[in-house]
Amino acid sequence: MGLMSLTAMELGRKIQAREVTAVEAVREALAQIGKMEPLFHCLVTVDEEGAIKRAKEVQKRIESKELTGPLTGVPVVIKDNLCTEGILTTCASKILSGFKPAYSAEAVKNLEEAGAVIVGKANMDEFAMGSTTETSYFGPTKNPWNQEHVPGGSSGGSCAAVAAEECSCALGSDTGGSIRQPSAFCGVTGIKPTYGTVSRYGLIAYGSSLDQIGPIAKDVSDCAAVLQAIASYDPKDSTSVKRKNYDFSAALVKDVKGLRIGIPRDYFGEGLQEEVREQILQAAKVLEAQGAVLEEFDLSLVKYAIPAYYIIASAEASSNLARFDGVKYGYRSKDYEGLHQMYKRSRSEGFGAEVKRRIMLGSFVLSSGYYDAYYLKALKTKALIKQAFDKAFAQYDLILAPAAPTTAPRLKESLQDPLQMYLGDIYTIAVNLAGLPGISLPCGVDQKGLPIGMQMIGDCFQEKTLIRAAYTFEQTRTYERCAAVKGECVR
Amino acid sequence: MANVITDEMMDYVGILAKLELPEEEREQAKKDMGRMLDYIDLLNELDTSGVEPMSHIFPVRNVFREDVVRNEDEREQMLANAPAVKDGAYKVPKTVE
Amino acid sequence: MSRQYETVIGLEVHVELATKTKIFCACSTAFGGAPNTHTCPVCTGMPGSLPVLNKQVVEYAAAVGLATNCTINQCCKFDRKNYFYPDNPQNYQISQLYEPICRDGYVEIETPAGAKKIGIHEIHMEEDAGKLIHDEWEDCSLVDFNRSGVPLIEIVSEPDMRDAQEVIAYLDKLRLIIQYLGASDCKLQEGSMRADVNLSVREVGSTTLGTRTEMKNLNSFKAIARAIDGERERQIELLEMGKAVVQETRRWDDNKEASHAMRSKEDAQDYRYFPEPDLVPIFIDDEWLAQIKARQPELRTEKLLRYKKEFDIPDYDAQIITSTKKMADLFEETTALCKKPKKVSNWLMVETMRLLKEHEMEVEELTFSPQNLAKLIDLTDEGTINGSVAKEIFEKIFLEDIEPERYVEEHGLRMVNDEGALREVVQRVIAENPQSVADYRGGKEKAMGYLVGQTMKAMKGKANPAGVNRMLKELL
Repeated sequence: MGLMSLTAMELGRKIQAREVTAVEAVREALAQIGKMEPLFHCLVTVDEEGAIKRAKEVQKRIESKELTGPLTGVPVVIKDNLCTEGILTTCASKILSGFKPAYSAEAVKNLEEAGAVIVGKANMDEFAMGSTTETSYFGPTKNPWNQEHVPGGSSGGSCAAVAAEECSCALGSDTGGSIRQPSAFCGVTGIKPTYGTVSRYGLIAYGSSLDQIGPIAKDVSDCAAVLQAIASYDPKDSTSVKRKNYDFSAALVKDVKGLRIGIPRDYFGEGLQEEVREQILQAAKVLEAQGAVLEEFDLSLVKYAIPAYYIIASAEASSNLARFDGVKYGYRSKDYEGLHQMYKRSRSEGFGAEVKRRIMLGSFVLSSGYYDAYYLKALKTKALIKQAFDKAFAQYDLILAPAAPTTAPRLKESLQDPLQMYLGDIYTIAVNLAGLPGISLPCGVDQKGLPIGMQMIGDCFQEKTLIRAAYTFEQTRTYERCAAVKGECVR
Repeated sequence: MANVITDEMMDYVGILAKLELPEEEREQAKKDMGRMLDYIDLLNELDTSGVEPMSHIFPVRNVFREDVVRNEDEREQMLANAPAVKDGAYKVPKTVE
Repeated sequence: MSRQYETVIGLEVHVELATKTKIFCACSTAFGGAPNTHTCPVCTGMPGSLPVLNKQVVEYAAAVGLATNCTINQCCKFDRKNYFYPDNPQNYQISQLYEPICRDGYVEIETPAGAKKIGIHEIHMEEDAGKLIHDEWEDCSLVDFNRSGVPLIEIVSEPDMRDAQEVIAYLDKLRLIIQYLGASDCKLQEGSMRADVNLSVREVGSTTLGTRTEMKNLNSFKAIARAIDGERERQIELLEMGKAVVQETRRWDDNKEASHAMRSKEDAQDYRYFPEPDLVPIFIDDEWLAQIKARQPELRTEKLLRYKKEFDIPDYDAQIITSTKKMADLFEETTALCKKPKKVSNWLMVETMRLLKEHEMEVEELTFSPQNLAKLIDLTDEGTINGSVAKEIFEKIFLEDIEPERYVEEHGLRMVNDEGALREVVQRVIAENPQSVADYRGGKEKAMGYLVGQTMKAMKGKANPAGVNRMLKELL
């Protein structure tokens, strides 16, 4: 039947039309998971039994006409840093081994209320710290386009699962590019919403002032529908923002006439893979042909975004991750004497190297005598970056840029040099510092056959502009399925 | 490398963050931290005098809860994940000498 | 040759606010309860949980600030204070460092040398930690998060106090203000008011401050006074020996009347404060501040004046009654019921104070209801019981809050006004005490008292004393 090759919207329509049931859809997803997992390891938990049970309940509610939304019965995967009631939630870390939350994240609840069925939890970089999904305690995820390559990160499992058609769509989180970069590497579409649009309640925090949950799917329409489902004002999250409206799907209009698109020169400089540059500029031309107005400009300050980001994210992480201490949940060392050794052993054995590195950096930059030089300086830099974007958005409706400087690197290549890995986030990080929305969508492949992603950045609360432009661009091409699933079934 | 992370600094940060790294990891971490701090020092080029530090992106203020008890006894759910429990409490190594 | 030293003391006072729910979650703050029965994902630091500020905490904190002459910081923020300890579920405490809610206030205290202003450096809001119970059987500790997240304000004074007396006067004053505001019950024993003492000594005449220590674990005014004296002596001794005072936190052991340093090589006392990203700033605009001001209840000075004017209570009595919110409330509530302010004041001033002393209790520990005291006053006034029975019943009310009317009936304490029965008893008493009768007739007024006593005794205390007097005079 090939249900999993459909988009979430297509599958949802079939379910609403009673051509297939939610249970059939979920079984199909589970079968695909069975086939793909040994090759790519996109998931850390597959909840087969629970998924079928939930699908049956959803089907009942479809039949009683209670559930009529476009995502009803659609199988989804949730990044493992989002709490799911009764389902293991580990952040791909040993320190949270065995943790089954008593509550679901607000975004997860919203998605389930829209009728989506969770089939599993996606692999990720441990605590979302990484850009390759290789820092996972459970081992790396491989890119469904080419097993030798990483899927990107930290939402690599979510993106790879969508590309490998293990689910119709997925949730990820984006602190410094963790949705947009792996979306680009896996040839799928992902949105990082404006800070505050999706409740962070139940998202296990990495950098609280930067984290946002967002949708990952095969196309813009699916992303818009998922965003519409998960976005909400949540009194449980004090940083949640009450939006004027949440009808993101209404922006699925093929029209960019007169849209002013800024192309920041700083994003096309040294270090950018030639083929990526070509494809992005090609995509810009396509939008121009549709009526958009292009202009190059200097965004400035780009190179300061990474150091500012690593100060803020590491500092917040060092505090956010202090609660993992072997007292209330998760891993406690077997071998310790006294309280402090229990803390140190549990944490040192429970966290992986990259997480420890960032916690230590974060503790250092906040320690006595360094606060002003590092943290305060970073907050000031953040203010300047926000100003630079404000200036840009006074001129342009959106900014077009690459999502990453290269296509997906080979496995193990990035881990050799953490600093180099951090530099790979150069095009995505500033967006988080400024709280802006961004979308990443496929715009071609390189010579190795790896997907290239373009990123569009909007002003705060301008997701609809992004969706409209991305949809318009998407209409000019067809979704390219990855090698792993190609040829298996026809759409 | 301008920033040299000494063993003393590593020990101190270890006390703050409750981490103790095995020798090999520790040497690597020292190097990586030094390099990161060098990179971070890039910010020194940037003149931020007179800039107001920005911790929250949006000027949202005054998000409150009314003072009404809404939570029930959730003890069992809260304790369900604890590595060691006794008498309805989380069990830890003794905290006094 | 011996040098003269001056003690310089500043206080950090933590007060638990009287909110119904915790500062960042909707769990109850009720005292007691089995371990961890008032907990949720937020106050146990579950991954993914987020704090939401209780508005009442801000209002109480601002109210205390206004009542202590502080400037209200109209834009205040929360910060995280990072340190590891099992009673601190997130291993950071949400507190205020950079922008506390109140600054630069003072309270005035009475000292032998006259009124003195004690400066308040700041007041900030924060969350309380959980409780650690030490389990002797297994030699481990158990964590109870019921208190975790209970709202606190920390009132940081200037180093303006010079001895234990001033410290106690300052604490008394703070307690009175806060109790009057209804912002806390301020019970030292139960820990709803806690004071840490920062103390240093310096030679008289010196203008620079000496190195200070911080003393914790002070559970009563007496402990505070002893700790101050002990620490002063310890520091002077060090200086006299030519040694330096080390800046440190010390724990007072009131049983041993000594303190020890709370140092550990695993504690760096480096709290890595940074702005709490999960909470947004608080903006107290003029309108809100005006509302908080308008809601301020009558404070002591106003009450004192009103009692003297409205109820014609003598200054001394009014001083004592208004010296605690509890007593003032009892007075007003009882008066509202029985409409006899002077009698109420009398019961509070005499019998209540006597019993408090006898049972070594604090005013806050009073549990009797205004209804029962009012009823007792009515019963006495109506002549249902006499004064000595009333005192006896009051003790029962004081201890067990019994219902006086029922108690009178059950114990047959109703005053006997039966003329015939009284005449009989008096006649018998006269017959049995010829000496006293002779003394009385011989002009010894005292003898009358004895005869009254004998009559009362014979009537098991239930006679109307005025009636007894009248009858005795008549028959003599």
